[in-house]
Amino acid sequence: MPGKLKVKIVAGRHLPVMDRASDLTDAFVEVKFGNTTFKTDVYPKSLNPQWNSEWFKFEVDDEELQDEPLQITVLDHDTYSANDAIGKVYIDIDPLLYSEAATVISGWFPIYDTIHGIRGEINVVVKVDLFNDLNRFRQSSCGVKFFCTTSIPKCYRAVVIHGFVEELVVNEDPEYQWIDRIRTPRASNEARQRLISLMSGELQRKIGLKVLEMRGNAVVGYLQCFDLEGESGLVVRAIGTACTLDKLSNTSAFLPACNSPSKEMKEIPFNEDPNPNTYSSGPSTPLKNQTYSFSPSKSYSRQSSSSDTDLSLTPKTAPSPQGPRIFLFPSSPTLSCDSPHLKKSCLLLSGSSIKPLHSSHVSPVVLRKSVSFTEELLLAASGMGSGSAGKEGGPFKTLLRQQTQSALEQREFPFFTLTTFPPGFLVHVGGVVSARSVKLLDRIHNPDEPETRDAWWAEIRQEIKSHAKALGCHAVVGYSESTSICEEVCILSASGTAAVLNPRFLQDGTMEGCLEQRLSWQPGFFSIGSEKGEVDFFPQSQDSSSLLGIEEASPPGCGFCHIPYDELNMPFPAHLTYCYNCRKQKVPDVLFTTIDLPVEAIVVGKGCLIQARLCRLKKKAQAEANATSISNLLPFMEYEVHTQLMNKLKLRGMNALFGLRIQITVGENMLMGLASATGVYLAALPTPGGIQIAGKTPNDGTYEQHISHMQKKINDTIAKNKELYEINPPELPEEIIGSPIPEPRQRSRLLRSQSESSDEVTELDLSHGKKDAFVLEIDDTDAMEDVHSLLTDVPPPSGFYSCNTEIMPGINNWTPEIQMFTAVRVSRLSNINPTNQTLNKNFNDLCENLLKSLYFKLRSMVPCCLCHVNFTVALPEDELVQIAVTAVAITYDKNQALQANKAPTEKSQQRASTDNEEQLQFPLELCSDPLSSQPFSPAKEVLEGASSHTGIPAAQRATSVDYSSFADRCNSWIELIKLKAQTIRRGSIKTTTSLEKASPLAEGYLRHRSVPSGTNSTVSVVKMTPLSFLPGAKITKYLGIINMFFIRETTSLREEGGVSGFLHAFIAEVFAMVRAHVAALGGNAVVSYIMKQCVFMENPNKNQAQCLINVSGDAVVFVRESELEVLPPQPAAAAQPTGAAGDVTT
Amino acid sequence: MSSDLDVFVGNTTLIDEEVYRLWLDGHSVAEAVARRLRGGLLEREATSVAVLQSDTRDHYRTFQMLERLLHAPPRLLQQLLFQIPPERQALLVQRYYAFDEALARELLGKKLSKGTKKELDEVSARTGVGIRSCRRQFDNFKRVFKAVEELRGPLAENIQQLFLLPPSLARDYAAIVFFANSRFETGKRRLQFLSFGDFAACAQSMMAHWSQGALAPEAAEPDGDLPKSFLQDLKELKVLVTDKDLLDQHKSLVCSALRGKISVYNELEANFKALSRALVNVGGKLTHARDVRDFFVDLVEKVIEPCRSDKWSPGDLRLFLQHYTAAPRNLPGFRHQALWERYMAAISACLLRMFHD
Repeated sequence: MPGKLKVKIVAGRHLPVMDRASDLTDAFVEVKFGNTTFKTDVYPKSLNPQWNSEWFKFEVDDEELQDEPLQITVLDHDTYSANDAIGKVYIDIDPLLYSEAATVISGWFPIYDTIHGIRGEINVVVKVDLFNDLNRFRQSSCGVKFFCTTSIPKCYRAVVIHGFVEELVVNEDPEYQWIDRIRTPRASNEARQRLISLMSGELQRKIGLKVLEMRGNAVVGYLQCFDLEGESGLVVRAIGTACTLDKLSNTSAFLPACNSPSKEMKEIPFNEDPNPNTYSSGPSTPLKNQTYSFSPSKSYSRQSSSSDTDLSLTPKTAPSPQGPRIFLFPSSPTLSCDSPHLKKSCLLLSGSSIKPLHSSHVSPVVLRKSVSFTEELLLAASGMGSGSAGKEGGPFKTLLRQQTQSALEQREFPFFTLTTFPPGFLVHVGGVVSARSVKLLDRIHNPDEPETRDAWWAEIRQEIKSHAKALGCHAVVGYSESTSICEEVCILSASGTAAVLNPRFLQDGTMEGCLEQRLSWQPGFFSIGSEKGEVDFFPQSQDSSSLLGIEEASPPGCGFCHIPYDELNMPFPAHLTYCYNCRKQKVPDVLFTTIDLPVEAIVVGKGCLIQARLCRLKKKAQAEANATSISNLLPFMEYEVHTQLMNKLKLRGMNALFGLRIQITVGENMLMGLASATGVYLAALPTPGGIQIAGKTPNDGTYEQHISHMQKKINDTIAKNKELYEINPPELPEEIIGSPIPEPRQRSRLLRSQSESSDEVTELDLSHGKKDAFVLEIDDTDAMEDVHSLLTDVPPPSGFYSCNTEIMPGINNWTPEIQMFTAVRVSRLSNINPTNQTLNKNFNDLCENLLKSLYFKLRSMVPCCLCHVNFTVALPEDELVQIAVTAVAITYDKNQALQANKAPTEKSQQRASTDNEEQLQFPLELCSDPLSSQPFSPAKEVLEGASSHTGIPAAQRATSVDYSSFADRCNSWIELIKLKAQTIRRGSIKTTTSLEKASPLAEGYLRHRSVPSGTNSTVSVVKMTPLSFLPGAKITKYLGIINMFFIRETTSLREEGGVSGFLHAFIAEVFAMVRAHVAALGGNAVVSYIMKQCVFMENPNKNQAQCLINVSGDAVVFVRESELEVLPPQPAAAAQPTGAAGDVTT
Repeated sequence: MSSDLDVFVGNTTLIDEEVYRLWLDGHSVAEAVARRLRGGLLEREATSVAVLQSDTRDHYRTFQMLERLLHAPPRLLQQLLFQIPPERQALLVQRYYAFDEALARELLGKKLSKGTKKELDEVSARTGVGIRSCRRQFDNFKRVFKAVEELRGPLAENIQQLFLLPPSLARDYAAIVFFANSRFETGKRRLQFLSFGDFAACAQSMMAHWSQGALAPEAAEPDGDLPKSFLQDLKELKVLVTDKDLLDQHKSLVCSALRGKISVYNELEANFKALSRALVNVGGKLTHARDVRDFFVDLVEKVIEPCRSDKWSPGDLRLFLQHYTAAPRNLPGFRHQALWERYMAAISACLLRMFHD
């Protein structure tokens, strides 16, 4: 289906002098899209040409629109010889393909040449006219929105979180083609840039198709990576989380999208279509028009085949109330419902054996063996028998089974690339799961069938999934994948956090309970459902709540810490205690996760960046032998990294890690491991014990002395750190009265753990299954070194904090000043006879010095926090280590911080709420649970109305509102399944007509456009941040994904200031090009910015260097909160009703 | 373990004012690090020398990349490579174009040529300004000179527009361009007591009163050149000293007006003719390039020094010049009053400014 791409070349400025004789340039421009090329006239003798061209029009179909970049080449006309290229601009027109994003790309773009860098600028205007109506448009994946952000984007609400999407495409690397021998470096670089641009376009389109298949409309947490496999090819792969998103303010151009298909919807025979009255009147509120608004007529066939995919992840749990209230009904209903799923996956799991080659690693255990978790599963399964399946019977049961089955077949990986979740989404967190695999690269013979690569990843994912199962979790969140390649060896890694999720988000329901409301309009279904619901879930919820004695007052900040696995059959030896917060559920002694700290988590004190660094020498070897030696080393590295992390965590007096990222990098003769995470003290977990040092030769007096000296040092460090990070947890939990008394066994253990720190070592040893965490045995010099290295981590200078998560735990009063930066260092490990120890030390120093230099550089921003500190390590050559860091420094208000410190708990509560209000505009909306007394929601009554509709006995409702609503939800959930059955049978899908008024459209538009135009006077400022938000600002619009790949090469390295000068200029150029693209889209910031790749190669002898950089992020428009307030009523008024509309009508 | 490559790039370009100053002063990275160490930064920030070195190198690289843009400040505003807040951009430009007055004083009136640049070593030694800084400043002068040489309209405004300098700095550059253009001699020993500020003020008065732009803004000639017709016309003023009657009448008018009002009346009466001759002849000689060079020398030698030796006070000089300028209005047969006043306005301003020890 065609679209018309229109391009206008307006002018150029600051062009380089191409004609030495006249010191001027005769420039013209070639505009190329696909196979069509247009040219402007030559603008003679000027460095600031004004072409003011006509509109060049390309008529292309949408596949091309998605795959191809617009390619603009600026050339110098030469009458006698070939025209000289000045440089190029590649413009990704994807943001123009969905109506919600940008409508026009217009602005100054740096003209980029891979040899010379930026050479002047060109002003271009690009528009796309799509001929198709939006309904047809949906058949392509054009309309699917992509976000790098690993949380639900701020101005959207998640209607459904469908799940994992992945894809990879492979091709030959132009750099390694035979033709590369005869073409210029420039031509080769450009071929590569263009190919990667094409491949990422294709990849995005394919992922988009998968998302549409799942009936989502967006990919969140989209992460695209390149594997430069050298001779064997080029792999572009991406993972993401498919979602159905709903714009919060209905100001966007999304409306027509909803309106147009609505006509068609009427033609669709909807048996379950609600009668108009109920529909419009009440439930109204969170009614999701957009949920299915784009159900395209054509994709019905697809839906019928895959409609159960949606459900695939869902039928695991009983729905529980949303928001903070989710914590009132922990695990038990979840578990019982989970069972069918688990059972299936158990089967699946047994099929996939874990290769010994891979080292598997589950935190908080080290080197978990393939645990026998069958028992646990059986247990769960039996629980299930008593639950839904047993009593349900009939269609429901079969349906459920069908769905789970198909879920496993079709959605084999319940993974989520998100790291931050709507409140209530995360029920329990099990721990980190990771898997690695060493592979030998071979030439990809048929690029169209990248089966091997697919199979490799599938294998790893399978392993991850089985680990998660072992932890009693049905999902993996904060999931990511990475590779490290050296010559022909490749380490594939995947990691994530095993978790139990609230299924409401996974199915076609929202937090707002639109689902049940929608369902409740159909009395027929409802009555059945309600009965079942009562039978199946009600008692359970009652049980659990009475059992746990959870009331409204119970703080929600600890639910996610509670163990999801079975206490009696723990997948690994962990040390459980009762939650120090609610005293009702078991929690582990430490918690490692790859996700961000949940907003609702109760934290004591501040967090800090914790890194484990490790080098391991490896013999140089070829092929198989090499791969084997690497895979033999991996488990030891994992173990050591883990031990380091654990020790450093304890040294800081903390008990949980968030945002854990372990990177293993392979080089010619060594392996490097770098783990970064943010340590925090979770109030729900027990206070960590200290670190004990034990000597092997206790009789030696001086040795003893030495040991005790070290012990003292360690104890001092812990004390100092506690002070530094303000870790002063509330009184010991034993003293808390009024909470259920822990069972004796547990209690004794608690006590013991307390005494441990002061007691003798040997005893400690016995009492713990994990002495590695507590006791450091010094039996040789190596161990001594390890202990020393523990103490070498210097805390950041005063006024600085650092973390690798989005928000710094314990700091909430950010000021708007931010500074994003990238720092790259390459160091030579110049040891003649390197040993692991010296290498470790070198590597450690390298990282510490880098951090130190960052603190120094940013000293003017104090007090500030380095957030999202992201280290990447590469081993480009023998003895060369490259470390790249991208992070953002954010200043904060010290005074407020001090205030907050006085009441840590209070503060963290406060933070949760302020976060909701200030940054997470979206969760706020989410929080507008119909039941909670949000002032603006007429929803409460509505729901009451709805629930009365549902026929739940009034008496029941009277007992407790939550209660009834819970039942209500359960009912509706069952109904949903029934409904699904109907839907599937009919091959049609449920839609709702749009209730929004179209009026805010124009208004909203004006508002959006006016924001950037205000700053247009000179060069508009574009903020960049690796975070998903901007402090003190509100993101009003997402303009599309920025995904750029650049190559820069030089043959005059010395003249360009050596390697540092070269790379410095290149990184600055990359920033400039990203900013220019964002500004041209009408944006003023990039959020979730990430430098995914920075491959630097040099050949000083030839005076040459080459660098490849791949960056991505989300272009957004933001408005300062202060501006929002200051601006007179107009915008505020505009914002208000739209917000309200978003809430009421969506 | 040595760092081969070490870069830090911020989305907003970090500018450290202290390092910028060191860079502008022409210090090498090593020198800059040493100076920063002496400043006690190490102790204050509890960091290491390596960190300081890395930081200094980063800043130096940034400045080197920025330098190209600083040569054409409007480009700095338009460029996309470095994101720098406007006030920082202004600071960068201002500091880059700021100059040492001692150096500027040395170079005033010299041809901004390669030859002069080669002599900068001596200038550097004399003024104590680092040689690299000298060269940079010299290049700045030359760049500004080249850029406005051919432009019409007020010099200072042109400079301000092209180089985005603050008004006072732009006026100083205008003076430098004016001097370089007219090649006034300023290096003579007897002129040594005059500072750059004195000369700049003189240049400003001369441009203000004499340039074509001062009369007609749309004038065809650049402000840096004194209008030919005006200089030609000045010859007409010679009548004041060549015509014996006029000279006598002029003297009596001035003397009668000043009698009892100035302390040096007797000396004035004695020297009036010499003074008047000097004042008028300075203008008359301006048509010849070689004589133009001696403008300030003549003023000092023939006016300021005699007055000073007679112990005139600045007030005396002011009163004298006032009446000396006004008197010809009452001279019968003198038709060049407007021209005379225009001429004398600048001369008076210059003399008053230069009349100090």
